[in-house]
Amino acid sequence: MIAGLIASLARLVSGVSIFFLSGPPDERQRVYFANHTSHLDFVVLWSALPARARDRTRPVAARDYWGRGALRRYFSEKVFRAVLIERGRGSITAARTTIEQLVAEMGDRSSLIVFPEGTRGSGEEVAPFKSGLYHLCRQKSEVELLPVYLDNLNRILPKGEMLPVPMLSRVVFGRPMYLESDETKPRFLERARDAVRALQDL
Amino acid sequence: MKDPTLVRLVGGILALLVVASALGAVLASRARSDAARATAANLNARIRAWWLMVAVFTIAVWTGGIGSIALFALMSLLALREFVTLAPTRREDHRTLLWSFFAVTPLQYLLIAIRWYGLFAIMIPVYAFVLVAVSNVIAGRTDRFLERTATIHWGLMVCVYCVSHAPALLMLQIPGYRANAKLLVFLVLVVQLSDVLQYVFGKLFGRHRIAPAISPNKTWEGFLGGVLAASAVGTALWWATPFSPGEAAAMSLAITLAGFAGGLVMSAIKRDRGVKDYGNLIEGHGGMLDRIDSLCFAAPVFFHLTRYFFTP
Repeated sequence: MIAGLIASLARLVSGVSIFFLSGPPDERQRVYFANHTSHLDFVVLWSALPARARDRTRPVAARDYWGRGALRRYFSEKVFRAVLIERGRGSITAARTTIEQLVAEMGDRSSLIVFPEGTRGSGEEVAPFKSGLYHLCRQKSEVELLPVYLDNLNRILPKGEMLPVPMLSRVVFGRPMYLESDETKPRFLERARDAVRALQDL
Repeated sequence: MKDPTLVRLVGGILALLVVASALGAVLASRARSDAARATAANLNARIRAWWLMVAVFTIAVWTGGIGSIALFALMSLLALREFVTLAPTRREDHRTLLWSFFAVTPLQYLLIAIRWYGLFAIMIPVYAFVLVAVSNVIAGRTDRFLERTATIHWGLMVCVYCVSHAPALLMLQIPGYRANAKLLVFLVLVVQLSDVLQYVFGKLFGRHRIAPAISPNKTWEGFLGGVLAASAVGTALWWATPFSPGEAAAMSLAITLAGFAGGLVMSAIKRDRGVKDYGNLIEGHGGMLDRIDSLCFAAPVFFHLTRYFFTP
């Protein structure tokens, strides 16, 4: 109920046009991965999903932002049911713990929204992907990967701003892809990034 | 909506829509080729959207001044968001845009609600003009400065200042004339009818393109047919206005010509930005700005002609 209202509100503020290149996502478990330019990104991606897919989809968000303050924590825990992760600790064991956490939180039911660039970019270029996406897919190789391109959200709510300017935006859901069994990490990450970039000019 | 003339006007519009829907249904059932079916489907989508738009507009006018002012304020915001989306603004312009959306636009309509004509007429051309430029300077980015700043100026002028002149008709004090809502309905009806009739005449008789580089669908036949027919309807509605039949004809002609100019100019901006429509808010019509592009130019011209010639 609240989630539905928030989703409607997010679609209204972001004036979003939604495109599905291979039909609206069903309830199957998958990992949505997208370019990252704004705090609005996962909210808008999540609100663009059909309600039944949305119920099963959890964004992966930084604990240092979304776990801080009562309001943000309420939204991230109760409304979006976000998986909050620690960022930027750098060590291999920490990264491994994070992947294990994601796999555990996914279970055999939940889908995830991830931003493999790791941090918000300027909106002009999609930065090279961090390796987390690869390691997650190694653990859950049967799960479908869906590239998503988020357009213009960086102008609606740029880095460092509090209030959104209600311009129009676009969410393009691409075609599903999978991690190939013999694919190396750099090749996979480049292929995934290209899949997002290919949606840019549609 | 106590005014019987206003009731008759709205009744006439509804009758027109019934006829249009009936014609649309006949056309759809007669369409044989794929192209004809596509045209009929697009036409019927447009007619359905017209029902919705007329319903919203009627409810707004029905509630009196506040309803109309609120509706046009909302239309301005929707148009401005479409306009700014296409503008080359950058991160540094964010604050300026916030001001434009959440301060300048509401204030412009508030000034109509409190009937402060003096400030209404200059707030955007003077104060918002300065504010936008200064705010962009403070943001401190100089590349494409004039282009970015001028685009925001244009967005405010076209989407807010110009559009706000439609509900501003409600604050005119015309001797011997009451219920100015009729004047607002007259303006919107003539402007939109001119658009529709230009489309219809263009589809039926269009041969010679009027501005192929800007708007490939506009033809001389559509232009002349639409402008003259809409002006004829406007003339026939003189009883709902403070004008004599002759004055109503001249006013209608001014409205339709300014509206045509507005449509062309807004099309030129779309071509420059490489898009076909400003948005997809209204099925079959495109965005808000695609629907009200003619009104943007017609409203201030009609407002000031009326104010100059018919108020003391």
